[in-house]
Amino acid sequence: MTCERLAAGTSTLHTTDPRVKLCLAFILSVTIALLEGCPAQFAALAAGFLLVCWARLPVRETAGRLVAINFFLFLVAAVVPFTTPGVTAFSFLSLPVTWQGIELALSVWLKCNAIAAVNIAFLATSTIFSLAHALAHLKVPSKLVQLFFFSWRYIHILEEELGRIRTAASLRGFRPSTSLHTYRTLAWMTGALLIKGFERGERVYMAMRCRGFNGTFWLLSHFHFHARDGVIAAAGIVASLALLIMDNRTRCILFN
Amino acid sequence: MHISEGILSAPLLAAGWAATAGGLAAGLKRMNAEKIPETALLTAAFFVASLIHVPIGPSNAHLALNGLAGILLGWSAFPAIFTALMLQAVLFQFGGITTLGVNTFNMAMPAVAAGYIAAPFLRSGRKSIAVACSGITGAMSLLASAFLVALTLALAGESFSSIAGMIFIAHLPVAAIEGVVTGGAVSFILKTKPDLLKRRA
Repeated sequence: MTCERLAAGTSTLHTTDPRVKLCLAFILSVTIALLEGCPAQFAALAAGFLLVCWARLPVRETAGRLVAINFFLFLVAAVVPFTTPGVTAFSFLSLPVTWQGIELALSVWLKCNAIAAVNIAFLATSTIFSLAHALAHLKVPSKLVQLFFFSWRYIHILEEELGRIRTAASLRGFRPSTSLHTYRTLAWMTGALLIKGFERGERVYMAMRCRGFNGTFWLLSHFHFHARDGVIAAAGIVASLALLIMDNRTRCILFN
Repeated sequence: MHISEGILSAPLLAAGWAATAGGLAAGLKRMNAEKIPETALLTAAFFVASLIHVPIGPSNAHLALNGLAGILLGWSAFPAIFTALMLQAVLFQFGGITTLGVNTFNMAMPAVAAGYIAAPFLRSGRKSIAVACSGITGAMSLLASAFLVALTLALAGESFSSIAGMIFIAHLPVAAIEGVVTGGAVSFILKTKPDLLKRRA
C-alpha cells in the first residue's frame, strides 16, 4: 500500500510544526470549499500547486495521487455540462452543452484539485504518528485519536494477514470468478480477517493492561512552535482571507 | 462510495459535520478504554477488507461492508468509519476534511441501523435466521448508503441529480453481493468465533 512515502523529506513544509499544518489544512480546505467563482478557484489551485512544489515531493508519487483523484471526477466532468440548465454553448451528439454546465464542471475540478494539493502539502508531509500527536495536542477527543492511531498501526499487519489468507486460498486452487462459490469464499476470507483482527485486539489490550494502560494516551512527542511556524501560519491565514476577498470581487465576471 | 471535495455547498457540508459529530459522540461514549484496541483492530480489518475486489462479470467492485461493521460494532461504527475515511484522506487524499462529515454520516448511519435491526435475529439462536437476516441488513445498509449519497448529490443541485440516479442504480448489483458476503461472513463467524458477535450487546 502506498502510504507515508511523501512524509519522508527535509523541506521547510516537512519540518513545520504538525499542529500548524493541520490547522492550515483545515482553514484552507474550508476556504476553498466556500469559493464560488472560477478566478479565485484558479488562484487557489495555483497556490496549492506552489505549496506542493515547495514541499519538494517525489514527482511520480504525487502525480499518481492526483491522477487517482481525478479519475473519480471524470463522471462529474462527463455529465454536468449536459445536465445544467442555461445558455447553450454547443451541441454534442445533438445534446446541448451549456456555458453554466462547463463553468460548474470546471469549478468542481478546480476546487477538488486545489483541496487535494493543500492536503498533499500539509497532511501527507507528516507521518501519521506526528499527526495523531498533533490531533491530541489540539484537544481532539482522546479516544478518537487513539482509535486513529491504533487503526493505522495495525492496517499493515492485517494487510499481511489478508495476504496469507489469499495465498492459502490460491494454493487450494481458488480462482475468483462471477459465481456464488467465489462470493462465499470471499465472505469466509473476510470473516477470517475480522476474527484475526478481533483476537489480536484482545491480545493487544491484555498486553497493554499488563503495562498499566488505563485509557490515557500519553503524549510523548511535544512539538516546539518556532517563529518560522508562526510566519507560515500567518501566511496561510492571509492567503485564505485573500482568496475569500478575491472571490467576493470577481464572482460575477464569467458567463453571468 | 464517497463524494469528492468541491461539489457540495457550505450548508450541506456543515449539516454533514453536525450529524457526524452527534454520531461520533454517541459512539465514543459507548466505547470504554477496554474496547479501544479491539475497535481499532476491527477498524483496520474493515479497512483492509475493503481492499478486496469482488468480480462482477467483466468488472469488479470493492466491498464497503458498512452493514457488517454496524452488526459487529454498533454505535462504534461511527468512529470506526470516520477513522477509516480520515486515513483515506490523509494517506491517499481521497476525500478531504470538508466532506469528511457528510461522507461519514452517509456510510455510518445505515451501519448503526443495520446493527440494531440484526441484533434480535442474531440473539435468536437460529443460525439460518441469523445468517439470512444479516445478509439482508448488509444489502439494505449499502443501498441506504447509496440512497443517502444520491440524496446528498440531488440536494447539491439539479446538475447532479442524474449522477445521483446513476450512482444509486450502479450500486444495486453491489448491494446484492454485499448481502451475500455479509451473510457468509456472519455464518463463518458464528461457526468459528461466536464471541465476536456477542461483544456488541
